[in-house]
Amino acid sequence: MTATGVPGHLTQGSATRGGIGESTLRPDGTLKVTGEFAYASDMWHEDMLWGHTLRSPHAHARIVSVDTGEALAQAGVYAVLTHDDLPAEVKNYGLEIQDTPALAHGRVRHHGEPVALVAADHPETARRAAAKIKVVYEELPLVTDEASATAPGAPLLHEGRDDHHAAHTPHPNIVHRQPIVHGDVAAGRARADVVVTGEYVFGMQDQAFLGPESGLAVPAEDGGVDLYVATQWLHADLRQIAPVLGLPEEKVRMTLSGVGGAFGGREDLSMQIHACLLALRTGKPVKMVYNRFESFFGHVHRHPAKLHYEHGATRDGKLTHLVCRIVLDGGAYASSSPAVVGNAASLGAGPYVIDNVEIETLALYTNNPPCGAMRGFGAVQACFAYEAQMDKLAAALGMDPVELRQLNAMEQGSVLPTGQSVDSPAPVAELLRRVKARPLPPERQWESAGGPADVRALPGGLSNTTHGEGVVRGVGYAVGIKNVGFSEGFDDYSTARVRLQVAGGEPVAVVHTAMAEVGQGGITVHAQIARTELGVSQVTIHPADTQVGSAGSTSASRQTYVTGGAVKHACEAVREKVLERGRAKLGTYHPAWATAELLLEGGKVVTDGGEVLASLAEVLGDEVVDLELEWRHRPTEPFDLRTGQGNGHVQYSFAAHRAVVEVDTELGLVKVVELACAQDVGKALNPLSVVGQIQGGSTQGLGVAVMEEIVVDPATAKVRNPSFTDYLIPTILDTPTIPVDVLELADDHAPYGLRGVGEAPTLSSTPAVLAAIRAATGLELNRTPVRPEHLTGS
Amino acid sequence: MDFLRPAGWEEALAAKAEHPAAVPIAGGTDVMVEINFDHRRPDHLLDLGRIEELTAWEDLGDSVRLGASVPYSRIMKHLRGDLPGLALASHTVASPQIRNRGGVGGNLGTASPAGDAHPALLAAGAEIEAESVRGTRLIPVDDFYTGVKRNALAPDELIRAVRIRKADGPQQFSKVGTRNAMVIAVCAFGIALHPETRTVRTGIGSAAPTPIRAKAAEEFLNAALEEGNHWESEAPLPDSLVKQFATLAAGACNPIDDVRGTAAYRRHAIGVLARRTLGWTWSARERSTACA
Repeated sequence: MTATGVPGHLTQGSATRGGIGESTLRPDGTLKVTGEFAYASDMWHEDMLWGHTLRSPHAHARIVSVDTGEALAQAGVYAVLTHDDLPAEVKNYGLEIQDTPALAHGRVRHHGEPVALVAADHPETARRAAAKIKVVYEELPLVTDEASATAPGAPLLHEGRDDHHAAHTPHPNIVHRQPIVHGDVAAGRARADVVVTGEYVFGMQDQAFLGPESGLAVPAEDGGVDLYVATQWLHADLRQIAPVLGLPEEKVRMTLSGVGGAFGGREDLSMQIHACLLALRTGKPVKMVYNRFESFFGHVHRHPAKLHYEHGATRDGKLTHLVCRIVLDGGAYASSSPAVVGNAASLGAGPYVIDNVEIETLALYTNNPPCGAMRGFGAVQACFAYEAQMDKLAAALGMDPVELRQLNAMEQGSVLPTGQSVDSPAPVAELLRRVKARPLPPERQWESAGGPADVRALPGGLSNTTHGEGVVRGVGYAVGIKNVGFSEGFDDYSTARVRLQVAGGEPVAVVHTAMAEVGQGGITVHAQIARTELGVSQVTIHPADTQVGSAGSTSASRQTYVTGGAVKHACEAVREKVLERGRAKLGTYHPAWATAELLLEGGKVVTDGGEVLASLAEVLGDEVVDLELEWRHRPTEPFDLRTGQGNGHVQYSFAAHRAVVEVDTELGLVKVVELACAQDVGKALNPLSVVGQIQGGSTQGLGVAVMEEIVVDPATAKVRNPSFTDYLIPTILDTPTIPVDVLELADDHAPYGLRGVGEAPTLSSTPAVLAAIRAATGLELNRTPVRPEHLTGS
Repeated sequence: MDFLRPAGWEEALAAKAEHPAAVPIAGGTDVMVEINFDHRRPDHLLDLGRIEELTAWEDLGDSVRLGASVPYSRIMKHLRGDLPGLALASHTVASPQIRNRGGVGGNLGTASPAGDAHPALLAAGAEIEAESVRGTRLIPVDDFYTGVKRNALAPDELIRAVRIRKADGPQQFSKVGTRNAMVIAVCAFGIALHPETRTVRTGIGSAAPTPIRAKAAEEFLNAALEEGNHWESEAPLPDSLVKQFATLAAGACNPIDDVRGTAAYRRHAIGVLARRTLGWTWSARERSTACA
């Protein structure tokens, strides 16, 4: 092929490296591993003060009086603030319902609720001053579960609530209730040869991100404030912060600082308003960093749940009906409880075709710790229960549990209980087939020829509790369904600004979004998309801030889909501008400018046949192409409040697991030996990141199967284990081999056909581990996490 | 809070005499957690980090004089032969980073029933070398633990070292936690066979207000081993004997229900561990006898 009409040094286009589909490495990876990455807690400002939060020691109490005099009199203390010092009419915030006081007003509703703030020149001074604030409390009766929340005369958590759910909930202590009615359950039940029921309990899991809540607020000369903070959604923070500060949004400028994990726990505000209030009051920069203890009170947790399930099936294993009731404990404030209810309800039947369904899901207001977003968001609790039911049903039918699932598995075109048709690949049966087809790990791996037992391969590990005695293997399977993106009619858009210019003779793209990089890998993916779409190798990712439009939340497995989609969309628009410019400037040199499909590749404009027309440097010269555009996925609809019908979701994500465990049946200790996963990701934009997400999600699901739980004392509603001493998360010795099988069945509605990845593996991991432990022990185990005493009966 | 940094042992003893409420800090793996969680705000911290002799050990012939600050990682590496029970216990202490800092002196000073070293010390037989400006005394480990997080040290005393009998037979240590590493003991059990004295000693952690020995279990076992002439035999112990030992060990517990586990589970688990570790040590004895 010969190029004509173009400078001689350009002959042929070369593919751009580092585009989508490649496992490009995280720019922050090495820094994080070597301890050099700057997290939000590492920020420092000349002359800064330290903020400290005084929190309630009670779960429910009237605040009789607050005396800040002695605290204010301490040397080094610059400000002490209570509810009375809030500067604006707006005193509450909240993601969906603004029911959370920035500082407690006359009453505290949960253990650890913020009551007062101190700013001082040293963190220890601030802490000591806070201890000198005299708060007189009068304890109030507690609401801790459904019975106490809805009993006659129950104390109301939020009297006179007038939010948009208030009118349809059966009781003011119910945040939101979503029924789903589909088909005819009575008719289904009449056809059932076998019916199984179960009561299930899901414990309160914590996100346990490693970087505690932290940020730095710097007062600005214009009366506004600059806030540097680790969060999940800058613009949602901004929308809640500005009104409480009494400032217009443009005077609260937010920049994302180094985030050490999120998993949903940074969707709600923590120290954002507090640091800004202290900075604006003192006129000085204020840094706030929670320690680990405070962090357990500083963010919402995963909703604990009680679930009742009834499934029926014909003798040959076809599901006839499902009745279920899911009660989620939302704790003292709404947070994202309504959306969690919507998910648990709409996905409560799992990835199965069931013609006759009645589901009721509700979230309570109680005096327990507030619960909200966490990886899997309502779908996790349901999956634990419906997968236990599938095993129970298989046992009752004498069927293989995987075959029973495959027989009823959803596929493309299946209809959910919400009436919504699944309009992209749903390879549920295939995912199960793949994990089942894997060879099992060898038995008794702790045995070495003639030598002592390798305790690392045994339950208990180096704690040396067994050399093989009492150890029984079990294998269990599970599969789950998670929605991707915000559902129920939410305008789930994202914004990307892309600039292309030539610097030093090389084309350089800058991608600017407000996407919170919390570890999910968006920074890598955005650069890959820009390389693929613009054919440049140099891409700069601009720091995330509120100087560009919203990117939506880094949650709901949505960022690669939606902000990735926005980056793609903006890049395509930039490319069009470049080509327009090229046609105008160079179109006369070659007829292909007018006739061929043109691409940008290797820093050049090429035809789809691979012929080079010009370099970007030639096309652009000194010109900068700079566009900021919004992009949204297909719209969704709210669920009908009585029937739950509606096209509520935009996409689904499916994963299946096979867990192999070894249980010391005498001591009740568990070693998960292998946790194989198969997941359809549509298109793996960064295969290494995808596998990392799947392994991480699987491990987080394992955690809540065997150890992770915030223990709340039912008598006091206080948290009993707010530390990493007693809130245990898996160590590397608890983490099994996680072989991952990635399917790429394109969803034609999504950019590149991709499917959100991050949450699905968290769903099926937990029930697969539970199923394996049941197989090893023969116990029913209707509660997660499983503790040793549940397995030994002591 | 004042931070005292004596350059040597005599200076440390003088500082402790002057400030009896001063909290000694060596590895800091207990003290710093308490300070960070605001559970403790002593007026004085007494930093023992500059006192080199605390990180050394000495062979006294039939025992090891283990400096109070010898880190667990060095016990694991260098003292596995002489102190096998303590080496096994050291393996279960927290994470590699903590094992590089923490030592037995801190476990003894804190005297938490959950301290990992205690069952091994009780089983092996040990004396705590307590020193003050008034002089040195040796406190038998059996008398050392006086209550929940309380020990027999006088306010002006510091732990200089622990004298631990060298193993004259197999030893074992097992700890139950709800995670496979880096976990506080739900309960723990140590056992040491002492063929020279034809006795077996035990230690129980986290299943009573203090670390304890399962004395009734030991007495039963010692008597039964004599009666059945088992020390002379290479045969495995009769199941009924092992079972009774385990039952008595479980019976020695006086545990509580807490966030880490139930009392009933702790009692049950100590029984299982007692049975298993007795089996392991006894069969190791058989092997060593056979080899000899």
